[in-house]
Amino acid sequence: MRSIYLDHNATTPVHSEVLEEMLPYLKEKFGNASSIHSFGREAKVGLEYAREKVAKLFNCAPSEIYFTSGGTESDNLAIKGVAFANRRKGKHIITSSIEHHAVLESCKYLQKEGFEITFLPVDKYGFVDPDEFGKNIRNDTILVSIMHTNNEIGTIQPLNELANITKEKGVYFHTDAVQSAGKIPLDTEKIPIDLASISGHKIYGPKGVGAIYIRKGVRITPLAHGGHHERSRRAGTENIPGIVGLGKAAEIALRDMEDQYRHLKSLTEAFFKKLHEKIVDISLNGHSEKRIPSTLNISFKGVEGESIILSLDMKGVAVASGSACTSGSLEPSHVLSALGIDPAIAQSSIRFGFGRGNTMEDVDYVCEVLPEIIERLRSMSPIYTQAKK
Amino acid sequence: MAYSIKVMDHFTNPRNVGEIENADGIGEIGNPVCGDIMKLYIKVQDNRIVDAKFKTFGCGAAIATSSMITELVKNKTLEEAEKISKQTVAEALDGLPANKMHCSNLAADALQKAIEDYKRKKEKNV
Repeated sequence: MRSIYLDHNATTPVHSEVLEEMLPYLKEKFGNASSIHSFGREAKVGLEYAREKVAKLFNCAPSEIYFTSGGTESDNLAIKGVAFANRRKGKHIITSSIEHHAVLESCKYLQKEGFEITFLPVDKYGFVDPDEFGKNIRNDTILVSIMHTNNEIGTIQPLNELANITKEKGVYFHTDAVQSAGKIPLDTEKIPIDLASISGHKIYGPKGVGAIYIRKGVRITPLAHGGHHERSRRAGTENIPGIVGLGKAAEIALRDMEDQYRHLKSLTEAFFKKLHEKIVDISLNGHSEKRIPSTLNISFKGVEGESIILSLDMKGVAVASGSACTSGSLEPSHVLSALGIDPAIAQSSIRFGFGRGNTMEDVDYVCEVLPEIIERLRSMSPIYTQAKK
Repeated sequence: MAYSIKVMDHFTNPRNVGEIENADGIGEIGNPVCGDIMKLYIKVQDNRIVDAKFKTFGCGAAIATSSMITELVKNKTLEEAEKISKQTVAEALDGLPANKMHCSNLAADALQKAIEDYKRKKEKNV
């Protein structure tokens, strides 16, 4: 049976060049980067070399990159770190209602600590409205956190427009760039963001490593206290193999960005077109153009998401759903709900996350097996009445 | 989260899918917000359930429990059928993942509703 992985938003395989780069740091170059001897210096070289590579992804100075354990830690550090360091200035934070839980839960935690959070609504495509955004900024607003692209639907926020508003008003801007990093540019010289979070395993690097961009001059308090690692902003012996892997992954992502963009766009466009021809009553969630080309979130009317995932899995195809059952919660996806999508349609959604290893043959195969699956499940559904094709 | 072989069997080859025309009792439960909707049809003769069919919108567990209950109720008296609980259905399927025990284990409730519906209809006709 074929085995097709279409869940690259969840995680990606480690690129072979990344693994190559990492291996010496798991073997002979095992030193602690804080040590003075040759082993330590060797590790330190790997660490700083990786920092330069990640800096290129953001077009920033290497000294503005800090390594963490992943996207969640970066988001936590950005939000809580800025909030705690600037609480005398104000206690108001703005975010959107479709952020990743790492952002939403960090904000909710701060709410309990006496901060005031505005969760901005989004339109039916998932966009934050810049006018609405601007109106919500107050004198005591200290931080804004708006994701670059959404993990479930792929919508790309008008980051430049939003960040220019905060720049004018002297408010820090953080973006969760976990899903956009390496896929579309995020040039910090052009887009005036102050902080950005990325994760290694979403860009063909290893798990357990991430990074945060912190613009020079941003006031931030560390969350982990200890040694003087990462210029005292993140204590703990550096995960050198992971960091080296992240550096290489960032380098490859930047190198291949245009090619991959075209590759993924052609796959997802062909995929949606074919599915549309073969299956009635399907709809795309999110924006058809202003989205990351790798992600397609599609609702199959009358069929619950998990039943599709299980059926596709039996055919060797791995996909995800933002819907209730997979995440273990009962509610439909908070993202699709925020878009105003009917609960039944939200529960019928599947996220197809394409990646660099996918081919047009994969597209053909899924388009071949999926119509039967949908038909079978619809024939069992009490809420589906066949539309005329 | 992993399903038992039995759950996957009932999900892949569900028994008794469909509707019963002129059913003696219909039980409908669930809502789209929680992601599971089940409709159970029963045919009753001489106080005994002689046929049961279902239609379900839901996850693997929802479909498997629906399928399982149609097997469990057949040829049971109404009194026996009334004793079938969520636990009975889950056990018959060799267990369900913890998070599915309540949200997707609707079949027993649908059955009770179908029996109530049958009794209501019968009273009307008397």
